[in-house]
Amino acid sequence: MRIELEKRAERSAVMAWASPLVAVAATFVTGAIIFAAIGIPPLKGLYVFFFEPLSSLWSLEELVVKATPLILIGVGLSVAYRANVWNIGAEGQLTAGALAGAFVPIFYNSWQSPATLVAMLALGVLGGMVWALIPALLKIRTGANEILVSLMLVYVSQLLLDWLVRGPWRDPHGYNFPKSVSFEGWQTIPTIGDGRLNLGIVVALAVAVGLAVLMRHTLKGFEVRVLGEAPRAGRFAGFSSDRMTLFVFLLSGGLAGLAGIVEVASTVGQLQPNISPGYGFTAIIVAFLGRLDPIGVVVAALMLAVSYLGGEAAQVALGISDKAARVFQGVLLFWVLACDTLILYRLRIVRGAPAAEGV
Amino acid sequence: MTAATAPTETVPPAGEAIVPLVEARGIVKRFGTFTANDHVDLAIAPGEIHALLGENGAGKSTLVKMIYGSLQPTEGRFFWKGEPVGITDPNTARRLGIGMVFQHFSLFEALTVTENIALALSDVADINALANRIATVSRDYGLPLEPRATVADLSVGERQRIEIVRCLLQEPELLIMDEPTAVLTPQEADQLFVTLERLAGEGCAVLYISHRLEEVKRLCHAATILRHGKVVGHVDPRVETAAGLARLMVGADVHAVRPRHARTAGPTRLHLDRLDLPASGPFAVALDRVTLELRAGEVLAIAGVAGNGQSELFDAISGERTVSRADAVRIDGRDCGRIGVTGRRELGAAFVPEERLGHGAVPAFRLSENVILTRHATCEDAGLRAGFIDARRAGSTAARVSEAFDVRKGRPDPEARSLSGGNLQKFVVGRELDRRPTLLVVNQPTWGVDAGAAALIRQALVDLAADGSAVLVISQDLDEIFEIADRIAVISRGRLSPAYDAHVMTLEKIGLLMGGAHGGSDRIDDAEKLREADGHAH
Repeated sequence: MRIELEKRAERSAVMAWASPLVAVAATFVTGAIIFAAIGIPPLKGLYVFFFEPLSSLWSLEELVVKATPLILIGVGLSVAYRANVWNIGAEGQLTAGALAGAFVPIFYNSWQSPATLVAMLALGVLGGMVWALIPALLKIRTGANEILVSLMLVYVSQLLLDWLVRGPWRDPHGYNFPKSVSFEGWQTIPTIGDGRLNLGIVVALAVAVGLAVLMRHTLKGFEVRVLGEAPRAGRFAGFSSDRMTLFVFLLSGGLAGLAGIVEVASTVGQLQPNISPGYGFTAIIVAFLGRLDPIGVVVAALMLAVSYLGGEAAQVALGISDKAARVFQGVLLFWVLACDTLILYRLRIVRGAPAAEGV
Repeated sequence: MTAATAPTETVPPAGEAIVPLVEARGIVKRFGTFTANDHVDLAIAPGEIHALLGENGAGKSTLVKMIYGSLQPTEGRFFWKGEPVGITDPNTARRLGIGMVFQHFSLFEALTVTENIALALSDVADINALANRIATVSRDYGLPLEPRATVADLSVGERQRIEIVRCLLQEPELLIMDEPTAVLTPQEADQLFVTLERLAGEGCAVLYISHRLEEVKRLCHAATILRHGKVVGHVDPRVETAAGLARLMVGADVHAVRPRHARTAGPTRLHLDRLDLPASGPFAVALDRVTLELRAGEVLAIAGVAGNGQSELFDAISGERTVSRADAVRIDGRDCGRIGVTGRRELGAAFVPEERLGHGAVPAFRLSENVILTRHATCEDAGLRAGFIDARRAGSTAARVSEAFDVRKGRPDPEARSLSGGNLQKFVVGRELDRRPTLLVVNQPTWGVDAGAAALIRQALVDLAADGSAVLVISQDLDEIFEIADRIAVISRGRLSPAYDAHVMTLEKIGLLMGGAHGGSDRIDDAEKLREADGHAH
């Protein structure tokens, strides 16, 4: 007896939606096994990790705060990946956006008007775009692999941030801590209510809806999908894959930059060596779990935000490393990609080969 | 090849003169719910050239793959010299004495003939001894082959010889040939027939897959005809008429293309003037001073063996690859060498590439979305308004095309990849004809398409020309070319011969032009110079 993969005639609409659910279920099972292996009761572990974060209003607000950058970056990446362009460096573009946006409060510290915030957000987008332009142009001009270039630029931008906050951009009144000045008033994003929830989520949702319309109902979205699915057919349609590479890098880089400035202008409140717990990388999982569809990305971002909160809760309640969150995210990505096979193939159990007995 | 005379343990059943070399009984192969082979019986005697006839999708390849061991039957058995056998994989098939020459060769272009063959054999101790054996075998069977030649430098016919010689080295008793003449010039095909007849004379059976009836009639001793996975006849092709065989294959009379009216020379729609295009890779073909004039109201066909610059020529005309000299390509009198494919479509041109899936259509897209692919810039009813897609209008255009070109599909708007080759080709051609283009360029219009769809497509091309459009057909199928073309040119190694009137062209002449590499292209150049000189003199 063996299991065979059999190609379906068309992609299965049912599995396209069921596959992420199967992947999440498989992640729970894998998680339970991991918990059991390190001596934690599996059900307790899963409860602390995945369900406790959903049990209070405070943690639900925190969920949305964590999901905001994941949505912003994830929707941009989902468009890029649809076009078969692999921007892996969103974390670097996030950092570049945060640096560019922070230019305003650091050098024009007394400027306080709504325009201040607009300028910061615009510069954040621009910073992400500039950082994304580097792998895009290198790919177009020299054929350099965008995965490697964009990934390596992550470390460049993080070291640049590190140097700036320890050196020239350090707060002169900050007791030599590696931090910039704190952002105040219109240098931060207005909050909703009195918690950490802020208007960033509104921006993120608006962007997601906008990109959903772009992908589903416009010629530009059509162009993205054609070039991603069949580049030769895209050229036949008169679309340019070079221009598409540029477009999706600017889009996804700009949105990662926006996520960066939104993050430092809200929850972080200043520049410091660590401004993101790997949102740019987690957003890659978000994009795939969300079926590379902007609306799906919103749902997926909320799910991945749970794993961040669960990681923090597990540190406290179970005494395990905060790297546990990364493990769960990795396991989830693995299962998502594996389950996606079932969209184009079906499993079939074969009992013996009829012709084999003649030998 | 001597093994056929070896004594066998089995006693032939009474009443049967010869034990068939290979026999299939009640073979059924199902893929999911689709039955590709439905209780197929087939028997091949030693030394027999046996044709397996059928349209594309009739189940020929499935049956052959089971005989060669790459697929397993769902039901039924194979017998080898009267003994039941399970052919579980190609290695088992080769051990039994079955060799196969595939339609698409699997050769490494950068390696030599000997190296390629050594890779395919399991036990090569001495590469020099192998080279000598290759030289001997190829000489013995009239398949001239230089063992040290690099594959990239060889013609398609020579590459096929490598595959045949590779099989012969294993001394097969059954040689399977999958559409061997599809890639050959008429002269090369003749040479192949001599070799096959010689092999048969020595007792090697040949299973010959084809849909070319004339060559089957000429070469084969017996024929099994498949239609929709079922055997519809075991016949002697030497006594059947070609029309009778075609009727069995298709299940109905194939309509001949209606003759067109007398051609009236209209204005020039497409003018290529010494078009050069550099090769895109080390083994690609460069276009060399291609000159061509195509007028409204005519069908001009470009014949040629595959891989002689046809796809490069198509890309250069469609604008997928642009050239630096703007006046090298003129559509309707406008210089457009530097204009891309969209700009050329806006001038009234339409294009159908050779590859349906992935070039002419996006496999994972629905037909309505594939309508937008080539019509987004030029057509109101493609379903586009101010950058937004109108799915309903795109859908109705797709439905109109499907209706007009008899595209058969399981559901109203399926994904392109779920259609059969013939139906998708009808859709891709229909999508362009629906625009009423003034210039249509088609590369291999009926490649891998069943006879019914091919007839419909050819008729549509002829009708389009009759309505005053210019049609350029690039094709390897000489029957098709003679059926629809007013003028014929031949492409060889990136050079295009002058176009001759179809009624003065003969198979022999085309064959000579196809072999242009052996001095032919220079002769064409000379002929051109002579004609130019004549023109100046008058």
